[in-house]
Amino acid sequence: MLNHIWAWMILISIIVAGVNDFYQELNRQPAASAQTEQRNLNKETRLGQITSAAIESADTAVKISFGLIGVMAMWLGVMRVAEKAGMIDIISRIVRPVTKRLFPTIPSDHPAIGAMIMNIAANMLGLSNAATPLGLKAMEELDRLNPKKGEATDDMITFLVINTSAITLVPATAIAIRASLGSINPQKIVIPSIVAASVATLVGLTAVKLIQYFQKKKGGKQNV
Amino acid sequence: MFKVIMDWLSIIAIPAILLFFLGFGYFKKVKVYEEFVEGAKEGFKVGVTIIPFLVAMLVAIGMFRACGALDFLTNILGSVTSKIGIPGEVLPMAFMRPLSGSGSISVMTEIMKTYGVDSLYGFIASTMFGSTETTFYVVAVYFGAVNIRNTRYALPAGLLADLAGLITAVYICKLLF
Repeated sequence: MLNHIWAWMILISIIVAGVNDFYQELNRQPAASAQTEQRNLNKETRLGQITSAAIESADTAVKISFGLIGVMAMWLGVMRVAEKAGMIDIISRIVRPVTKRLFPTIPSDHPAIGAMIMNIAANMLGLSNAATPLGLKAMEELDRLNPKKGEATDDMITFLVINTSAITLVPATAIAIRASLGSINPQKIVIPSIVAASVATLVGLTAVKLIQYFQKKKGGKQNV
Repeated sequence: MFKVIMDWLSIIAIPAILLFFLGFGYFKKVKVYEEFVEGAKEGFKVGVTIIPFLVAMLVAIGMFRACGALDFLTNILGSVTSKIGIPGEVLPMAFMRPLSGSGSISVMTEIMKTYGVDSLYGFIASTMFGSTETTFYVVAVYFGAVNIRNTRYALPAGLLADLAGLITAVYICKLLF
């Protein structure tokens, strides 16, 4: 699935940019004297723009990844201490009634449960710095239960959907930007955001569980 | 009141977690320093593992944003969606939200500057931002961290959840506005 989406995003970009530039060139009024005309094709054309976007994005990706390392290391260290102390076990046991339904195949005392819960809690509180490392820790634990390395498990996808539709009690970034633009009531979006995110989570979970149900019925896992 | 409580909660949360976890470990006679370092070692590995996945994803998104296809799409779809009550003015936000976090911040800011922070469109755009995540980024980072290349139905499921959230954001804002 990601193969197709990824390929088409790039193909469409190049085609759209190319067609757009072609039309622009056809309809362009040439300057009075060709010698004095200075053109910066790199900035002027869509093809030039997608090229710089590609290069800048690649650079940004590495910066983001490296930027994660420090916080990542800190939270993984804390989680390791918590695990050794038996904290994660205790948390997992408390939330067992919920997780048993969402992740039926994960043993309820597995460290993946603790990490997932910590991630969801961090997301709810809007602590995005803590949420990502904890989420990645959860993915690592989920991968330990993965019989087919390199392929996503149902549990991973369930977790991911909960994550991407994350219910945040305080959408801090949006509130901050609203306040900076002089809103009379920047917090007005809190309740609607929670409602919209809840609907998203519900729809996402229902879809995931339906897919899992039908795949099980068909017998065995299949690639979609 | 709610805002004050939430502000304090988010300030206290991390110190409280650190105090609780490290304190609990210490009194349970865990060698906290040694275990912390042992766990932290993984941090570098995870950061480096993510790089190729994030490069692939961000390059495709960057190119797609720069080529102008999004403007084209919102122009065409705007007249259709406005018939079912989704104003074309907020469509750029709906398209940008799952693709890019920084991109959707700039789209949201633009909408609020053009139509007013406390206008209906500003309200919808910021609710959209607050209620969904950058799904493409999360898929790349989370699956990248464990070297998963075949993501199966993860992206469609995530995008479906986004769609539900975005549509709900429009209708609930219209209801409350």
